[in-house]
Amino acid sequence: MAEKMELNEIEVWDGNYAASQALRQAQVDVVAAYPITPSTPIVESYGAYVANGYVDGEFVMVESEHAAMSGCVGAAAAGGRVATATSSQGFMLMIEVLYQASGMRLPIVLTVVNRAVASPLNVRGDHGDMYAGRDSGWVQIDAFNAQEAYDLTLCAFKIGEDMDVRLPVMVHQDGFVTSHTAQNVKPLQDDVAYNFIGKYQPYEEMLDFTKAVTYGAQTEEDWHYEHKAKQHKALMDSRDVIDRVFAEYKELTGREYNRVEKYFMDDAEVAIVALGSAVETARYAAEELRKEGIKAGVVAPRCFRPFAFDGIREALENVKAVSTLDRSCPMGAMGTLFNEVSAALYTTEKRPLVSNYIYGLGGRDFSVAEAKRIFKEQKAHADAGHLTTPIQQFSGLRGPKLGFFETKRGN
Amino acid sequence: MIEIRWHSRAGQGAVTGAKGLGDVVSRTGKEVQAFALYGSAKRGAAMNAYNRIDDKPIINHETGMEPDYVLVIDPALAFTDNITANDKPTTKYIITTNLTKDELISQIPALQDKKDRVFVVDAIQISLDTIGRSMPNTPMLGALMKVSGMYDLDFFLESMKRVLAKFPQKIIDANMAAMTRAYNEVK
Repeated sequence: MAEKMELNEIEVWDGNYAASQALRQAQVDVVAAYPITPSTPIVESYGAYVANGYVDGEFVMVESEHAAMSGCVGAAAAGGRVATATSSQGFMLMIEVLYQASGMRLPIVLTVVNRAVASPLNVRGDHGDMYAGRDSGWVQIDAFNAQEAYDLTLCAFKIGEDMDVRLPVMVHQDGFVTSHTAQNVKPLQDDVAYNFIGKYQPYEEMLDFTKAVTYGAQTEEDWHYEHKAKQHKALMDSRDVIDRVFAEYKELTGREYNRVEKYFMDDAEVAIVALGSAVETARYAAEELRKEGIKAGVVAPRCFRPFAFDGIREALENVKAVSTLDRSCPMGAMGTLFNEVSAALYTTEKRPLVSNYIYGLGGRDFSVAEAKRIFKEQKAHADAGHLTTPIQQFSGLRGPKLGFFETKRGN
Repeated sequence: MIEIRWHSRAGQGAVTGAKGLGDVVSRTGKEVQAFALYGSAKRGAAMNAYNRIDDKPIINHETGMEPDYVLVIDPALAFTDNITANDKPTTKYIITTNLTKDELISQIPALQDKKDRVFVVDAIQISLDTIGRSMPNTPMLGALMKVSGMYDLDFFLESMKRVLAKFPQKIIDANMAAMTRAYNEVK
């Protein structure tokens, strides 16, 4: 039996250590990993837990991230609870296998510490890797701080392993800003955490020799489409399970999570939609602006996938102007959050004004002052009744001002 | 909200110092944040570490701050880093140096109008004498306790013993001696 670890009621952990503790408490059977900055400490800590007797699991060192995720697929198909961690280029190398994992319906947990994708090389954070995973068929949950990285990693096992879901789950956190920032974290004791997730329930496991099964079969045109549609439906239907797991977690800890997080939205006139640590910085700015009489609010998709089309619509349909903040360079298009939020709001009666900021690429700082400026710009849009700037702009960019596309509404 | 900026070289323990301080502070019911800006910097490169301390959860994640305390744990960085960046009329400076306060200030123009807010301590020499190697992070925390009055020395030492619990007793004792000396010697 694995040894228990005594944890204080309040620990000071960074996001990486918080995620690693969640993997330990989940008693993951197999971690196959190829460490990469800034997520290295997650698997490094897990390796230490195994070596020191805190986990009855296997830590498999492999030769690449492609092999890491392949090892995870094998171990999960065999019937084990499986997890790993990666970032950036490592994530990119995993992508081919990410689709294999979701297509085989294997509830692997991948903790992703978001980092910019080269070239140019950069270890600091943006959401380029997270966005590259959005069609891979995984549940993608986003943590905005270290406490959430811990909580949501625990929840990830329970969501992915639910018999009505059986899909792999990524838990994202921002490189350095979350992964290397130590903050107060309230962990659960080992037994409480483990009992919340529960014992791993294998399904069609390959190590059950009484019942032979095939994973990753070739289907060609005959069944591929039906398989993919079923997989898409499973991801859509996971919304109810996610809600239920979040509700159970709140019951246990008092900490509330929702597929769409809303801050100051009851009477908000202007809003920022964002992911990651910028959500909290924007909250801070909104709270300050409210003292100046600007009714600012923040909306954050806690689940990037499945995307809460309905939840986003309900959260934003009564505001006047929304700025969607994308921390990934869309390269020749509008940002993903802009596209998805706009699509949801297009189906409402009032159709709030929506604009797009690209920000924070490669770890460029996102400040409270900048969040306030963006809120005030939304207020100007709202007062004018139409967008007063190009639809897509760049926050915190040096050099000439960059902007694309003008609105055709209200001018 | 109290904000602290560390000026250090990678390897001198600023991150450990910032996290250690965070650990102690968290045990007194306060919320903390400890982070660093170092990217893929190598040992010896100039870097910054930061602390925020507040009574409520800290949700500001920007790296910029107007520090209440600037802690310089490498003597040369007082000359080469912009240690007064984004300072306030109340910002206090604690600088590791073997110079006297007057000697140091006379060589750094940016500090000349802040004399009453500059404090010096030879955290390098103190760590060499007590810990046996150049590790100025924990002595700097001792000096910070004196200058800030954040916690009394005995309480702080007891808390740091728990933070350092994973180390051998000899190293814990040496760090206690280093912090005590810095507390008494900072001026």
